[in-house]
Amino acid sequence: MNEAIGVEGLVKNYGSTLALDGLDLHVSEGEIHGFLGPNGAGKSTTIRVLLGLLRHDAGEARVLGGDPWADSVALHRRLAYVPGDVNLWPTLTGGEAIDLLASLRGGIDPVLRDDLVERFQLDPRKRCSTYSKGNRQKVAIVAAFASDVELYLLDEPTSGLDPLMEAVFQDVVRERAAEGRTILLSSHILAEAEALCDRISIIRNGRVVESGSLEAMRHLTRTSIHVHTERPITGLAGRAGIHDLEVDDEGAEFEVDGHLIGDVVADLSRFGILMITCTPPTLEDLFLRHYGDELEPVAAGTGNAS
Amino acid sequence: MSAWTATGRLVRLALRRDRVVLPIWLASICGLIGVVVAAETSLYQDADQRAAGAAFGAANTITRIADGPASGTSIGALSFVESYLVLAVFVALMSGQAVVRHTRLEEETGRAEIIGSSVVGRNARLSAAVIVAVSASLLVGLASAAFLMGNGLPAGGSWVAGAALAGTGIAFAGVAAVAAQVATSQRGANGIVGLALGLSFVLRAVGDAGGHVAPNGVELVSAWPSWLSPMGWGQQMRPYYQDNWGIAALFVVFAALLVVVAFRLSGRRDLGAGLIADRAGRATADRGLLRPWGLAWRLQRVPLLWWALGLAVIGAAMGSVGTSLDDFEEASPQFTAMLREQFPGAELVDVYAAFIMGFLGIAAAGYTVSALLRMRAEEHSGRLEPLLATATDRRGWLASHAAIAMGGTVAVLVAMGASGGVAYLAAGGTWSGAMGYVGAATAQIPAVLALGAFVVAVFAIAPRRSVAVAWAALAASFVAGQLGDMLKLPQAALNVSPFTHVPAIPAEPFGFLPIACLLAATAILAAFAAVAFRKRDLSIPA
Repeated sequence: MNEAIGVEGLVKNYGSTLALDGLDLHVSEGEIHGFLGPNGAGKSTTIRVLLGLLRHDAGEARVLGGDPWADSVALHRRLAYVPGDVNLWPTLTGGEAIDLLASLRGGIDPVLRDDLVERFQLDPRKRCSTYSKGNRQKVAIVAAFASDVELYLLDEPTSGLDPLMEAVFQDVVRERAAEGRTILLSSHILAEAEALCDRISIIRNGRVVESGSLEAMRHLTRTSIHVHTERPITGLAGRAGIHDLEVDDEGAEFEVDGHLIGDVVADLSRFGILMITCTPPTLEDLFLRHYGDELEPVAAGTGNAS
Repeated sequence: MSAWTATGRLVRLALRRDRVVLPIWLASICGLIGVVVAAETSLYQDADQRAAGAAFGAANTITRIADGPASGTSIGALSFVESYLVLAVFVALMSGQAVVRHTRLEEETGRAEIIGSSVVGRNARLSAAVIVAVSASLLVGLASAAFLMGNGLPAGGSWVAGAALAGTGIAFAGVAAVAAQVATSQRGANGIVGLALGLSFVLRAVGDAGGHVAPNGVELVSAWPSWLSPMGWGQQMRPYYQDNWGIAALFVVFAALLVVVAFRLSGRRDLGAGLIADRAGRATADRGLLRPWGLAWRLQRVPLLWWALGLAVIGAAMGSVGTSLDDFEEASPQFTAMLREQFPGAELVDVYAAFIMGFLGIAAAGYTVSALLRMRAEEHSGRLEPLLATATDRRGWLASHAAIAMGGTVAVLVAMGASGGVAYLAAGGTWSGAMGYVGAATAQIPAVLALGAFVVAVFAIAPRRSVAVAWAALAASFVAGQLGDMLKLPQAALNVSPFTHVPAIPAEPFGFLPIACLLAATAILAAFAAVAFRKRDLSIPA
């Protein structure tokens, strides 16, 4: 399968600030790729480099087989972008802004456009100066999805959308992916990424710290298990791969490394399982594992205060 | 919590935000006063000449409209009549824009919402804005009075002149307070203030044109429409002549009434809403909009129209005076002698055309700079980012704005020269004299284009500094090019300004070489800008 986006060792400095510090990112054609990280981690900078709006200082970046800086105009005919903070011309109406952005990209399908305007419940006759943040966001989303392109670069596209519109957005993304188009979805809404993405890259301080499918990532992390048994459980304590164990006469609660689940459950069956729940890690758990150290000092501070 | 809670803190916030812009206004106004007083002092050598100047000002319709009511023969009065209208526009814009900036702009950007959700009274924002604008106006009045006295003018008249300027600022703070409730955008509210300023000018122009000369021959008694205009009130205070203190009360009553209306309106509407409802626009874009050039034209056309119209009107006013130059020579031999000295052997009418159009060339350059800086506004606001993420070429985008601004510059200058020529003809002038105005205006084109190309180049390499550098370049060009001779600057300093190199057509013959050099500089700077802009990072707010 061809790569829609291939980034190796990308470095970007803003003066003395290091925004990207050797970032690697690989997105295959036809996949929905989640690009996760908190504000300031470097998501928008990466996307702007991929759009040829910013120049990178070191490393390699390829978009749809081309150089995003040198071939920017040719590449922009084949991709669509939704910025995280949409600013529009106050004197233009929403409809005019949609038509303008989509046709400058190379063309607009009027039927598709009208359908999207209706699904997102946007009034295209209003001037952009009167739109709320959510409505400005909708203008950019409609303009992007009304274009017939191979790649969508979406930078926190749903900030400001209400839950109903969020659902419409997810439907549209799935439809485009089903047509074989590639989507890079930068987000910090983990539920959205969990619902949509085939593969995920987690970015921290300008580097990708983890990348892969959600299943693969789960496999690499711990699953929590809660079990009731007929007989008291023995032999779990001290065993490799078992964490946070609590055992009593009726059963046990613990976490187990992803690749050992099968072995452990087989062992537990010797004690007569009455009830068992296995909870795989949520994306939030995965995410917090990479950012946990940033949260701990805060938690400790709160503890001291009380 | 009262409706005015936290007004004091909002005043401090506003002063902190305006700590650069208000001092600049103050310094500009005082500087202008200094220039005018010095010019008038050197223009009139003795009492006879002053009497002749005042008599000319009272009798001539054009000077009645352009300057206002003549008020005696003292140097202070002559200076005030000469400069009040320009100073009044400055003070009114300073004050009105301050009110709009701290009210409507705050609502438009959503900052008012954050402030309003804290412990802040409902009337605090508008009150703070009015307090800041009124204080700034009073400060301008105080500073101008002190400055006038420092220039050796009598204290009594100087205080009245300061009060007239302060009063004008206070009156337009009231206008802006209402405008900020009525319009839904900063641009719209400032537009209403500008419209009120224009109306104020026209009312007093009608009143002064329709007035009659008093028996002493050096005073114009204005007709009633002058009394309907705040600018008219400022002039009727007649400092250094009658010192009419009582008229100052009109400003205060006028502003107080408008502020009360503004509070009433503000209490009846929602945050962010206005009284002029937005009408629904087009649901789909016109075919013409769907290209980079179409968008640039859409963004640039309205300011271009206003600049062309405004400068054409000023050009016509200047052109129509051309036929009364002989009367003027009698009234002010000093001024005409200064003109003749610059271009020995040329006809006075030609010298005048070259002189006037040289000054108006700087005004046209003001259009050019502001139109080109629209590019920086597009980039800074984040509107350029999604545009350049489409298949829009960077150079094409730059070229669209630059070409419209440059083409607009040519149109503005031609309109100005043509209207000057037509007005001169209409006032009974000759064809060759009329063509002189057109020639003088079009001769400015290469200089303005060279300045414009410099601005584009600065934008291409240093976007964050482009606004400051561009306006500084315009100011430097003006000082070196138009004022340099009068200020007796060294030739090296004069050469900095592109305007220095423009032949003073029609008083001087057409010179091919300087024009060719300016056009070559324009082309080189533009080519450099196109290359540099392709190579730089987009400067986007994070």
